[in-house]
Amino acid sequence: MKILVSVKRVIDYNVKVRVNADNTAVDLSNVKMSMNPFCEIAVEEAVRLKEKGVASDILVVSIGSQKCHETLRTALALGADRALHIDAEDGLDSLVVAKLLAKVAEEESPDLMILGKQSIDSDNNQTGQMLAALLDLPQATFASNLDIANNEAIVTREIDGGLQTLSLQLPAIVTTDLRLNEPRFASLPNIMKAKKKPLETKTPMELGVSTTSNLKIVSVTPPPERSAGVKVDSIEELVEKLKSEAGVIS
Amino acid sequence: MSILIIADHDNRELMPATLKAITAGAQLSGDIHILVAGSDCYNVAQQAACVKGVDKVLSAENAVYEHHLAENLAKLVVSISDNYSHILASSTSMGKNVLPRVAAVLDVAQLSDVTEIKSEDTFVRPIYAGNAIATVQSSDPIKVLTIRITSFPEASINADAVQIEVLSETIESHVSRFLNEELTKSDRPELTSAKVVISGGRGMGSGENFQLLQGIADKLGAAVGASRAAVDAGFALNDLQVGQTGKTVAPDLYIAVGISGAIQHLAGMKDSKVIVAINKDEDAPIFQVADYGLVEDLFVALPNLEKALE
Repeated sequence: MKILVSVKRVIDYNVKVRVNADNTAVDLSNVKMSMNPFCEIAVEEAVRLKEKGVASDILVVSIGSQKCHETLRTALALGADRALHIDAEDGLDSLVVAKLLAKVAEEESPDLMILGKQSIDSDNNQTGQMLAALLDLPQATFASNLDIANNEAIVTREIDGGLQTLSLQLPAIVTTDLRLNEPRFASLPNIMKAKKKPLETKTPMELGVSTTSNLKIVSVTPPPERSAGVKVDSIEELVEKLKSEAGVIS
Repeated sequence: MSILIIADHDNRELMPATLKAITAGAQLSGDIHILVAGSDCYNVAQQAACVKGVDKVLSAENAVYEHHLAENLAKLVVSISDNYSHILASSTSMGKNVLPRVAAVLDVAQLSDVTEIKSEDTFVRPIYAGNAIATVQSSDPIKVLTIRITSFPEASINADAVQIEVLSETIESHVSRFLNEELTKSDRPELTSAKVVISGGRGMGSGENFQLLQGIADKLGAAVGASRAAVDAGFALNDLQVGQTGKTVAPDLYIAVGISGAIQHLAGMKDSKVIVAINKDEDAPIFQVADYGLVEDLFVALPNLEKALE
Protein backbone atom coordinates (compact mmCIF):
# COMPACT_ATOMS: atom_id res chain seq x y z
CA MET A 1 0.00 0.00 0.00
CA LYS A 2 1.21 3.47 -0.87
CA ILE A 3 0.58 6.43 1.44
CA LEU A 4 0.86 10.09 0.54
CA VAL A 5 1.43 12.49 3.43
CA SER A 6 1.60 16.25 3.07
CA VAL A 7 3.62 18.36 5.49
CA LYS A 8 3.70 22.12 5.99
CA ARG A 9 6.49 24.27 7.34
CA VAL A 10 5.00 26.71 9.85
CA ILE A 11 6.01 28.97 12.69
CA ASP A 12 7.02 26.82 15.67
CA TYR A 13 4.09 26.39 18.05
CA ASN A 14 6.08 27.85 20.95
CA VAL A 15 6.90 31.11 19.19
CA LYS A 16 5.06 34.26 20.21
CA VAL A 17 3.40 35.59 17.07
CA ARG A 18 3.85 39.26 16.15
CA VAL A 19 2.13 41.23 13.44
CA ASN A 20 4.49 43.29 11.24
CA ALA A 21 4.66 47.08 11.46
CA ASP A 22 2.60 47.82 8.35
CA ASN A 23 -0.19 45.42 9.36
CA THR A 24 0.04 43.23 6.28
CA ALA A 25 1.24 39.92 7.69
CA VAL A 26 2.72 38.13 10.64
CA ASP A 27 6.43 38.83 11.03
CA LEU A 28 8.22 35.60 10.15
CA SER A 29 11.76 36.97 9.93
CA ASN A 30 14.20 35.25 12.28
CA VAL A 31 11.56 33.10 13.97
CA LYS A 32 11.90 29.39 14.54
CA MET A 33 9.97 27.32 11.99
CA SER A 34 8.96 23.67 12.39
CA MET A 35 6.77 21.01 10.89
CA ASN A 36 3.10 21.73 11.60
CA PRO A 37 2.22 19.56 14.64
CA PHE A 38 -0.78 17.94 12.91
CA CYS A 39 1.45 17.05 9.92
CA GLU A 40 3.90 15.39 12.31
CA ILE A 41 1.03 13.22 13.55
CA ALA A 42 0.20 12.39 9.92
CA VAL A 43 3.79 11.30 9.22
CA GLU A 44 3.86 9.23 12.42
CA GLU A 45 0.63 7.46 11.51
CA ALA A 46 1.96 6.56 8.06
CA VAL A 47 5.21 5.27 9.56
CA ARG A 48 3.28 3.13 12.05
CA LEU A 49 1.26 1.63 9.19
CA LYS A 50 4.54 0.80 7.49
CA GLU A 51 5.92 -0.78 10.66
CA LYS A 52 2.77 -2.91 10.91
CA GLY A 53 3.37 -4.12 7.38
CA VAL A 54 0.24 -2.40 6.06
CA ALA A 55 2.09 0.22 4.02
CA SER A 56 5.16 -0.26 1.88
CA ASP A 57 5.82 3.18 0.40
CA ILE A 58 5.41 6.57 2.07
CA LEU A 59 5.68 9.65 -0.14
CA VAL A 60 5.84 12.94 1.72
CA VAL A 61 5.01 16.20 -0.08
CA SER A 62 5.62 19.79 0.94
CA ILE A 63 4.65 22.94 -0.93
CA GLY A 64 6.49 26.23 -0.57
CA SER A 65 9.94 27.78 -0.74
CA GLN A 66 13.25 25.92 -0.84
CA LYS A 67 13.20 25.86 2.96
CA CYS A 68 10.59 23.09 2.83
CA HIS A 69 13.52 20.73 2.21
CA GLU A 70 14.24 20.94 5.93
CA THR A 71 10.68 19.85 6.73
CA LEU A 72 10.83 17.07 4.15
CA ARG A 73 14.16 15.80 5.52
CA THR A 74 12.57 15.71 8.98
CA ALA A 75 9.72 13.59 7.61
CA LEU A 76 12.23 11.29 5.91
CA ALA A 77 14.13 10.97 9.18
CA LEU A 78 10.89 9.98 10.90
CA GLY A 79 10.46 7.14 8.42
CA ALA A 80 8.99 8.38 5.13
CA ASP A 81 10.59 6.75 2.07
CA ARG A 82 10.77 9.58 -0.45
CA ALA A 83 9.96 13.23 -0.72
CA LEU A 84 8.51 15.64 -3.24
CA HIS A 85 9.02 19.37 -2.94
CA ILE A 86 6.65 21.55 -4.93
CA ASP A 87 8.60 24.74 -5.38
CA ALA A 88 6.17 27.62 -4.95
CA GLU A 89 5.66 30.68 -2.84
CA ASP A 90 4.88 30.07 0.83
CA GLY A 91 1.37 30.45 2.14
CA LEU A 92 -0.67 29.36 -0.87
CA ASP A 93 -4.45 29.07 -0.41
CA SER A 94 -5.85 25.74 0.74
CA LEU A 95 -7.61 25.31 -2.60
CA VAL A 96 -4.36 25.72 -4.58
CA VAL A 97 -2.58 23.35 -2.21
CA ALA A 98 -5.37 20.81 -2.63
CA LYS A 99 -5.16 21.14 -6.44
CA LEU A 100 -1.40 20.55 -6.37
CA LEU A 101 -1.78 17.53 -4.09
CA ALA A 102 -4.59 16.20 -6.32
CA LYS A 103 -2.22 16.31 -9.32
CA VAL A 104 0.43 14.43 -7.36
CA ALA A 105 -2.20 11.90 -6.30
CA GLU A 106 -3.24 11.39 -9.93
CA GLU A 107 0.37 10.62 -10.85
CA GLU A 108 1.14 8.47 -7.82
CA SER A 109 -2.21 6.74 -7.14
CA PRO A 110 -1.78 6.42 -3.37
CA ASP A 111 -4.20 4.14 -1.49
CA LEU A 112 -4.33 6.47 1.47
CA MET A 113 -3.64 10.18 1.94
CA ILE A 114 -3.01 11.44 5.46
CA LEU A 115 -2.98 15.18 6.18
CA GLY A 116 -2.99 17.28 9.33
CA LYS A 117 -6.46 18.58 10.10
CA GLN A 118 -5.25 22.18 10.14
CA SER A 119 -2.06 24.19 10.10
CA ILE A 120 -1.39 26.34 13.13
CA ASP A 121 -0.64 29.42 11.02
CA SER A 122 -3.65 29.91 8.78
CA ASP A 123 -5.94 27.78 10.98
CA ASN A 124 -8.05 26.93 7.94
CA ASN A 125 -8.86 23.25 8.42
CA GLN A 126 -9.67 22.80 4.72
CA THR A 127 -6.98 21.10 2.63
CA GLY A 128 -7.87 17.46 3.32
CA GLN A 129 -11.55 18.01 2.65
CA MET A 130 -10.75 19.93 -0.54
CA LEU A 131 -8.37 17.23 -1.75
CA ALA A 132 -11.06 14.61 -1.15
CA ALA A 133 -13.56 16.73 -3.09
CA LEU A 134 -11.24 17.26 -6.07
CA LEU A 135 -10.47 13.54 -6.29
CA ASP A 136 -14.08 12.62 -5.47
CA LEU A 137 -12.84 10.29 -2.73
CA PRO A 138 -14.20 9.60 0.76
CA GLN A 139 -12.86 11.58 3.70
CA ALA A 140 -12.57 11.19 7.46
CA THR A 141 -11.52 14.37 9.20
CA PHE A 142 -10.30 14.84 12.80
CA ALA A 143 -9.19 11.23 13.19
CA SER A 144 -8.32 9.85 16.62
CA ASN A 145 -7.98 6.23 15.48
CA LEU A 146 -7.23 4.59 12.16
CA ASP A 147 -7.31 0.92 11.18
CA ILE A 148 -6.88 -0.54 7.72
CA ALA A 149 -8.57 -3.83 6.84
CA ASN A 150 -10.08 -5.39 3.72
CA ASN A 151 -9.36 -2.38 1.54
CA GLU A 152 -11.21 -0.15 3.98
CA ALA A 153 -10.12 2.51 6.44
CA ILE A 154 -12.01 2.35 9.74
CA VAL A 155 -11.64 5.81 11.23
CA THR A 156 -12.81 7.19 14.56
CA ARG A 157 -13.38 10.94 14.36
CA GLU A 158 -13.51 13.54 17.12
CA ILE A 159 -16.79 15.38 16.61
CA ASP A 160 -18.57 18.01 18.70
CA GLY A 161 -20.62 15.66 20.87
CA GLY A 162 -18.11 12.80 21.16
CA LEU A 163 -16.75 10.24 18.72
CA GLN A 164 -17.97 8.94 15.38
CA THR A 165 -16.63 5.92 13.50
CA LEU A 166 -16.77 5.67 9.73
CA SER A 167 -15.71 3.09 7.22
CA LEU A 168 -14.15 4.45 4.03
CA GLN A 169 -13.41 2.55 0.87
CA LEU A 170 -9.77 3.03 -0.20
CA PRO A 171 -8.38 5.17 -1.67
CA ALA A 172 -9.40 7.69 0.95
CA ILE A 173 -8.30 10.87 2.72
CA VAL A 174 -7.81 11.06 6.49
CA THR A 175 -7.00 14.19 8.48
CA THR A 176 -5.36 13.86 11.87
CA ASP A 177 -6.47 15.13 15.25
CA LEU A 178 -4.25 15.37 18.32
CA ARG A 179 -5.12 12.04 19.89
CA LEU A 180 -4.29 9.90 16.86
CA ASN A 181 -0.76 9.21 18.10
CA GLU A 182 2.28 10.72 19.78
CA PRO A 183 4.93 11.43 17.17
CA ARG A 184 8.41 10.06 17.81
CA PHE A 185 11.64 12.03 17.70
CA ALA A 186 13.99 11.35 14.84
CA SER A 187 17.13 9.48 15.93
CA LEU A 188 20.55 10.66 14.82
CA PRO A 189 21.22 7.61 12.61
CA ASN A 190 17.83 8.13 10.95
CA ILE A 191 18.59 11.82 10.40
CA MET A 192 21.83 10.76 8.66
CA LYS A 193 20.01 8.13 6.59
CA ALA A 194 17.34 10.64 5.60
CA LYS A 195 19.97 12.69 3.78
CA LYS A 196 20.36 9.87 1.26
CA LYS A 197 16.66 9.31 0.64
CA PRO A 198 15.28 10.61 -2.68
CA LEU A 199 13.93 14.18 -2.77
CA GLU A 200 12.44 15.35 -6.04
CA THR A 201 11.33 18.87 -6.95
CA LYS A 202 8.49 19.94 -9.21
CA THR A 203 6.84 23.25 -9.96
CA PRO A 204 3.14 24.11 -10.03
CA MET A 205 3.57 24.83 -13.74
CA GLU A 206 4.87 21.30 -14.37
CA LEU A 207 1.81 20.02 -12.55
CA GLY A 208 -0.44 22.30 -14.58
CA VAL A 209 -1.87 24.18 -11.60
CA SER A 210 -2.24 27.95 -11.42
CA THR A 211 -1.34 29.41 -8.03
CA THR A 212 -3.39 32.59 -8.34
CA SER A 213 -5.82 33.31 -5.55
CA ASN A 214 -9.18 35.03 -5.39
CA LEU A 215 -8.50 36.01 -1.80
CA LYS A 216 -6.82 39.29 -0.94
CA ILE A 217 -5.49 40.01 2.52
CA VAL A 218 -6.70 43.52 3.32
CA SER A 219 -4.95 43.73 6.67
CA VAL A 220 -3.49 41.68 9.49
CA THR A 221 -3.75 43.28 12.89
CA PRO A 222 -2.92 42.25 16.44
CA PRO A 223 -5.93 41.12 18.47
CA PRO A 224 -7.30 43.45 21.13
CA GLU A 225 -5.09 43.06 24.19
CA ARG A 226 -6.61 41.67 27.31
CA SER A 227 -5.00 43.24 30.34
CA ALA A 228 -4.28 41.35 33.51
CA GLY A 229 -6.78 42.02 36.26
CA VAL A 230 -6.32 41.72 39.99
CA LYS A 231 -5.11 38.98 42.26
CA VAL A 232 -7.49 38.05 45.06
CA ASP A 233 -6.36 36.56 48.37
CA SER A 234 -9.10 34.06 49.04
CA ILE A 235 -12.09 32.24 47.60
CA GLU A 236 -14.34 34.44 49.74
CA GLU A 237 -12.92 37.58 48.16
CA LEU A 238 -13.21 36.01 44.70
CA VAL A 239 -16.88 35.09 45.13
CA GLU A 240 -17.62 38.53 46.57
CA LYS A 241 -16.01 40.26 43.58
CA LEU A 242 -17.77 38.00 41.07
CA LYS A 243 -21.08 38.93 42.72
CA SER A 244 -20.75 42.63 43.38
CA GLU A 245 -18.06 43.86 40.99
CA ALA A 246 -18.37 41.65 37.90
CA GLY A 247 -22.01 40.72 38.44
CA VAL A 248 -21.57 37.35 36.75
CA ILE A 249 -22.91 35.19 39.57
CA SER A 250 -25.83 35.82 41.85
CA MET B 1 -29.09 36.28 -5.12
CA SER B 2 -29.76 34.51 -1.86
CA ILE B 3 -27.80 33.14 1.06
CA LEU B 4 -27.77 29.44 1.87
CA ILE B 5 -27.13 28.27 5.41
CA ILE B 6 -26.50 24.60 6.15
CA ALA B 7 -28.31 23.65 9.36
CA ASP B 8 -26.52 21.71 12.06
CA HIS B 9 -28.83 19.36 13.95
CA ASP B 10 -29.18 15.87 15.38
CA ASN B 11 -32.37 15.05 13.41
CA ARG B 12 -34.42 16.21 16.42
CA GLU B 13 -33.27 19.71 17.35
CA LEU B 14 -31.77 22.59 15.46
CA MET B 15 -28.43 23.44 17.08
CA PRO B 16 -28.03 26.91 18.62
CA ALA B 17 -24.86 27.19 16.49
CA THR B 18 -27.07 27.45 13.40
CA LEU B 19 -29.04 30.32 14.96
CA LYS B 20 -25.74 32.17 15.18
CA ALA B 21 -24.88 31.47 11.56
CA ILE B 22 -28.32 32.87 10.67
CA THR B 23 -27.47 36.09 12.52
CA ALA B 24 -24.27 36.30 10.47
CA GLY B 25 -26.19 35.59 7.26
CA ALA B 26 -28.68 38.35 8.05
CA GLN B 27 -25.82 40.85 7.81
CA LEU B 28 -25.50 40.05 4.09
CA SER B 29 -28.03 41.18 1.54
CA GLY B 30 -30.39 38.62 0.06
CA ASP B 31 -33.00 36.14 1.17
CA ILE B 32 -31.89 33.54 3.68
CA HIS B 33 -32.56 29.88 2.90
CA ILE B 34 -31.81 27.12 5.39
CA LEU B 35 -30.97 23.64 4.21
CA VAL B 36 -32.06 20.97 6.69
CA ALA B 37 -30.66 17.66 5.45
CA GLY B 38 -31.13 14.60 7.59
CA SER B 39 -33.31 11.63 8.30
CA ASP B 40 -36.79 11.95 9.84
CA CYS B 41 -35.96 15.53 10.63
CA TYR B 42 -39.11 17.38 9.65
CA ASN B 43 -39.26 18.78 13.20
CA VAL B 44 -35.96 20.48 12.62
CA ALA B 45 -37.21 21.98 9.37
CA GLN B 46 -40.23 23.31 11.25
CA GLN B 47 -37.99 24.84 13.90
CA ALA B 48 -35.85 26.44 11.20
CA ALA B 49 -38.97 27.83 9.53
CA CYS B 50 -39.72 29.86 12.66
CA VAL B 51 -36.30 31.50 13.02
CA LYS B 52 -36.34 35.25 12.58
CA GLY B 53 -34.68 36.32 9.34
CA VAL B 54 -35.25 33.05 7.50
CA ASP B 55 -37.12 33.32 4.18
CA LYS B 56 -37.31 29.69 3.14
CA VAL B 57 -36.41 26.25 4.44
CA LEU B 58 -35.18 23.50 2.14
CA SER B 59 -35.81 20.08 3.58
CA ALA B 60 -33.92 17.02 2.32
CA GLU B 61 -35.02 13.98 4.28
CA ASN B 62 -33.38 10.69 3.50
CA ALA B 63 -31.48 8.05 5.42
CA VAL B 64 -28.36 8.89 3.38
CA TYR B 65 -28.20 12.31 5.09
CA GLU B 66 -28.74 11.03 8.63
CA HIS B 67 -25.14 11.36 9.81
CA HIS B 68 -24.18 14.30 7.61
CA LEU B 69 -21.55 12.29 5.74
CA ALA B 70 -19.49 14.86 3.88
CA GLU B 71 -19.56 12.97 0.58
CA ASN B 72 -23.35 13.05 0.34
CA LEU B 73 -24.07 16.38 1.99
CA ALA B 74 -21.47 18.32 0.00
CA LYS B 75 -22.88 17.02 -3.29
CA LEU B 76 -26.40 17.91 -2.21
CA VAL B 77 -25.29 21.46 -1.39
CA VAL B 78 -23.43 21.81 -4.68
CA SER B 79 -26.51 20.57 -6.57
CA ILE B 80 -28.55 23.53 -5.26
CA SER B 81 -25.78 26.14 -5.20
CA ASP B 82 -26.66 27.95 -8.44
CA ASN B 83 -28.74 30.76 -7.03
CA TYR B 84 -26.62 31.59 -4.03
CA SER B 85 -24.05 34.33 -3.50
CA HIS B 86 -22.99 32.99 -0.11
CA ILE B 87 -23.03 29.54 1.50
CA LEU B 88 -22.61 29.50 5.27
CA ALA B 89 -22.42 27.02 8.10
CA SER B 90 -21.37 27.38 11.70
CA SER B 91 -17.83 26.31 12.63
CA THR B 92 -18.99 23.07 14.20
CA SER B 93 -17.46 19.71 13.36
CA MET B 94 -20.19 19.34 10.71
CA GLY B 95 -19.49 22.74 9.12
CA LYS B 96 -15.74 22.25 9.17
CA ASN B 97 -16.08 18.79 7.66
CA VAL B 98 -18.48 19.62 4.85
CA LEU B 99 -17.95 23.21 3.70
CA PRO B 100 -14.38 22.93 2.35
CA ARG B 101 -15.63 20.01 0.27
CA VAL B 102 -18.42 22.18 -1.11
CA ALA B 103 -16.02 25.04 -1.87
CA ALA B 104 -13.50 22.84 -3.71
CA VAL B 105 -16.17 21.39 -5.99
CA LEU B 106 -17.37 24.94 -6.74
CA ASP B 107 -13.72 25.91 -7.37
CA VAL B 108 -13.85 28.72 -4.82
CA ALA B 109 -11.95 29.43 -1.62
CA GLN B 110 -13.47 28.83 1.77
CA LEU B 111 -13.10 31.21 4.70
CA SER B 112 -12.99 29.52 8.08
CA ASP B 113 -14.14 30.82 11.44
CA VAL B 114 -15.40 34.20 10.30
CA THR B 115 -15.80 36.53 13.29
CA GLU B 116 -17.09 39.62 11.52
CA ILE B 117 -18.80 40.41 8.25
CA LYS B 118 -17.46 43.72 6.91
CA SER B 119 -19.33 43.67 3.60
CA GLU B 120 -20.63 41.27 0.96
CA ASP B 121 -17.08 40.26 0.06
CA THR B 122 -14.91 41.21 3.03
CA PHE B 123 -14.64 39.16 6.18
CA VAL B 124 -12.61 39.05 9.38
CA ARG B 125 -11.11 35.87 10.79
CA PRO B 126 -8.49 34.95 13.38
CA ILE B 127 -5.24 33.31 12.28
CA TYR B 128 -2.27 31.99 14.28
CA ALA B 129 -4.51 30.82 17.14
CA GLY B 130 -6.10 34.24 17.37
CA ASN B 131 -2.76 36.00 17.78
CA ALA B 132 -3.45 37.90 14.56
CA ILE B 133 -6.68 39.02 12.99
CA ALA B 134 -6.93 38.90 9.18
CA THR B 135 -9.34 40.93 7.09
CA VAL B 136 -9.82 39.09 3.80
CA GLN B 137 -11.55 40.12 0.60
CA SER B 138 -12.83 37.44 -1.76
CA SER B 139 -13.51 37.90 -5.48
CA ASP B 140 -14.97 34.41 -5.85
CA PRO B 141 -18.47 34.26 -7.39
CA ILE B 142 -19.74 32.30 -4.38
CA LYS B 143 -18.41 33.00 -0.91
CA VAL B 144 -18.27 29.91 1.28
CA LEU B 145 -17.87 30.71 4.97
CA THR B 146 -17.89 28.96 8.31
CA ILE B 147 -19.01 31.23 11.13
CA ARG B 148 -17.33 31.34 14.52
CA ILE B 149 -20.26 30.84 16.84
CA THR B 150 -18.91 32.85 19.76
CA SER B 151 -18.85 35.97 17.60
CA PHE B 152 -22.56 36.21 16.75
CA PRO B 153 -25.68 36.10 18.95
CA GLU B 154 -28.45 33.57 18.33
CA ALA B 155 -31.26 34.61 16.01
CA SER B 156 -34.63 34.52 17.78
CA ILE B 157 -36.95 31.60 17.14
CA ASN B 158 -40.46 32.96 17.42
CA ALA B 159 -41.17 34.29 13.94
CA ASP B 160 -44.12 33.21 11.80
CA ALA B 161 -43.31 29.98 9.98
CA VAL B 162 -42.06 30.36 6.42
CA GLN B 163 -42.44 27.95 3.52
CA ILE B 164 -40.70 24.57 3.66
CA GLU B 165 -39.66 23.30 0.24
CA VAL B 166 -39.00 19.59 0.01
CA LEU B 167 -35.96 18.48 -1.98
CA SER B 168 -36.40 15.02 -3.38
CA GLU B 169 -32.92 14.47 -4.78
CA THR B 170 -31.02 11.62 -3.15
CA ILE B 171 -27.27 11.60 -3.33
CA GLU B 172 -25.42 8.61 -2.02
CA SER B 173 -21.75 7.98 -2.61
CA HIS B 174 -21.40 4.38 -1.35
CA VAL B 175 -17.71 5.01 -0.60
CA SER B 176 -18.21 5.93 3.03
CA ARG B 177 -20.37 4.29 5.66
CA PHE B 178 -21.38 5.32 9.15
CA LEU B 179 -20.51 2.62 11.67
CA ASN B 180 -21.26 4.05 15.10
CA GLU B 181 -21.24 7.05 17.36
CA GLU B 182 -20.42 7.50 21.05
CA LEU B 183 -21.97 10.73 22.16
CA THR B 184 -21.37 12.13 25.61
CA LYS B 185 -24.57 12.35 27.59
CA SER B 186 -24.77 15.31 29.90
CA ASP B 187 -27.44 17.29 31.69
CA ARG B 188 -25.20 20.31 31.68
CA PRO B 189 -25.44 23.17 29.23
CA GLU B 190 -23.55 22.69 25.98
CA LEU B 191 -19.96 23.92 26.22
CA THR B 192 -20.03 26.44 23.38
CA SER B 193 -23.29 28.08 24.42
CA ALA B 194 -23.00 27.94 28.24
CA LYS B 195 -23.06 31.22 30.19
CA VAL B 196 -20.51 29.87 32.64
CA VAL B 197 -17.66 27.45 31.90
CA ILE B 198 -15.31 25.88 34.43
CA SER B 199 -12.30 24.15 32.90
CA GLY B 200 -9.60 21.96 34.38
CA GLY B 201 -6.03 21.54 33.20
CA ARG B 202 -3.09 19.29 33.81
CA GLY B 203 -3.03 20.53 37.41
CA MET B 204 -6.19 18.51 38.11
CA GLY B 205 -3.88 15.49 38.32
CA SER B 206 -6.43 12.84 37.35
CA GLY B 207 -9.78 12.20 35.74
CA GLU B 208 -11.34 11.48 39.16
CA ASN B 209 -10.34 14.93 40.35
CA PHE B 210 -12.51 16.46 37.63
CA GLN B 211 -15.34 15.56 40.03
CA LEU B 212 -14.20 18.57 42.04
CA LEU B 213 -15.36 20.74 39.14
CA GLN B 214 -18.71 19.00 38.77
CA GLY B 215 -20.15 20.16 42.09
CA ILE B 216 -19.24 23.76 41.31
CA ALA B 217 -20.59 23.43 37.78
CA ASP B 218 -23.90 22.21 39.24
CA LYS B 219 -24.15 25.25 41.51
CA LEU B 220 -23.31 27.69 38.71
CA GLY B 221 -25.26 25.96 35.94
CA ALA B 222 -21.93 25.76 34.17
CA ALA B 223 -20.48 23.56 31.45
CA VAL B 224 -17.24 21.74 32.22
CA GLY B 225 -14.28 22.15 29.86
CA ALA B 226 -10.67 21.00 29.76
CA SER B 227 -7.32 22.10 28.43
CA ARG B 228 -5.53 20.14 25.75
CA ALA B 229 -3.03 18.93 28.35
CA ALA B 230 -5.85 17.47 30.45
CA VAL B 231 -7.41 15.77 27.42
CA ASP B 232 -4.07 14.41 26.20
CA ALA B 233 -3.42 13.05 29.71
CA GLY B 234 -6.75 11.24 29.57
CA PHE B 235 -8.32 13.27 32.41
CA ALA B 236 -11.21 14.44 30.23
CA LEU B 237 -12.93 13.48 26.99
CA ASN B 238 -11.87 15.13 23.75
CA ASP B 239 -15.17 16.94 23.24
CA LEU B 240 -14.46 19.01 26.36
CA GLN B 241 -11.29 20.51 24.92
CA VAL B 242 -11.20 24.29 24.78
CA GLY B 243 -8.53 25.84 22.55
CA GLN B 244 -7.18 26.49 19.07
CA THR B 245 -7.86 22.96 17.96
CA GLY B 246 -10.78 22.24 20.25
CA LYS B 247 -13.82 24.35 20.97
CA THR B 248 -13.99 28.12 21.12
CA VAL B 249 -16.02 29.48 24.00
CA ALA B 250 -16.94 32.99 25.09
CA PRO B 251 -19.12 32.69 28.21
CA ASP B 252 -19.92 35.47 30.68
CA LEU B 253 -17.69 33.72 33.20
CA TYR B 254 -14.77 31.38 32.46
CA ILE B 255 -13.03 29.72 35.40
CA ALA B 256 -9.66 28.16 34.56
CA VAL B 257 -8.46 25.73 37.20
CA GLY B 258 -4.96 24.27 37.14
CA ILE B 259 -4.48 25.57 33.60
CA SER B 260 -1.15 27.23 32.84
CA GLY B 261 -2.47 29.23 29.89
CA ALA B 262 -0.70 27.96 26.77
CA ILE B 263 -1.24 30.08 23.63
CA GLN B 264 -3.42 27.41 22.08
CA HIS B 265 -5.71 27.30 25.14
CA LEU B 266 -6.04 31.09 25.32
CA ALA B 267 -7.12 31.02 21.67
CA GLY B 268 -10.24 29.15 22.69
CA MET B 269 -11.37 31.26 25.65
CA LYS B 270 -9.87 34.74 25.68
CA ASP B 271 -13.06 36.35 24.38
CA SER B 272 -14.88 35.35 27.57
CA LYS B 273 -16.33 38.36 29.41
CA VAL B 274 -14.84 37.60 32.82
CA ILE B 275 -11.93 35.20 33.30
CA VAL B 276 -11.00 33.71 36.65
CA ALA B 277 -7.77 31.75 37.09
CA ILE B 278 -6.99 29.46 40.00
CA ASN B 279 -3.44 28.14 39.93
CA LYS B 280 -0.77 27.56 42.54
CA ASP B 281 1.96 28.81 40.20
CA GLU B 282 1.84 32.59 40.43
CA ASP B 283 3.89 32.92 37.24
CA ALA B 284 1.41 30.94 35.13
CA PRO B 285 0.64 32.88 31.90
CA ILE B 286 -3.09 32.43 32.51
CA PHE B 287 -2.88 35.23 35.11
CA GLN B 288 -1.94 37.66 32.34
CA VAL B 289 -5.42 37.38 30.84
CA ALA B 290 -7.42 36.73 34.01
CA ASP B 291 -9.65 39.45 35.48
CA TYR B 292 -9.43 37.72 38.83
CA GLY B 293 -6.55 35.49 39.80
CA LEU B 294 -6.23 33.35 42.89
CA VAL B 295 -2.83 31.83 43.64
CA GLU B 296 -3.76 28.77 45.63
CA ASP B 297 -3.60 24.99 45.45
CA LEU B 298 -6.73 23.95 43.56
CA PHE B 299 -7.33 21.08 45.96
CA VAL B 300 -7.79 23.68 48.70
CA ALA B 301 -9.56 26.27 46.56
CA LEU B 302 -12.16 24.08 44.84
CA PRO B 303 -13.88 22.65 47.95
CA ASN B 304 -13.90 26.17 49.41
CA LEU B 305 -15.43 27.55 46.23
CA GLU B 306 -18.15 24.93 46.24
CA LYS B 307 -18.93 25.79 49.87
CA ALA B 308 -18.91 29.53 49.20
CA LEU B 309 -21.49 29.09 46.45
CA GLU B 310 -23.95 27.33 48.74
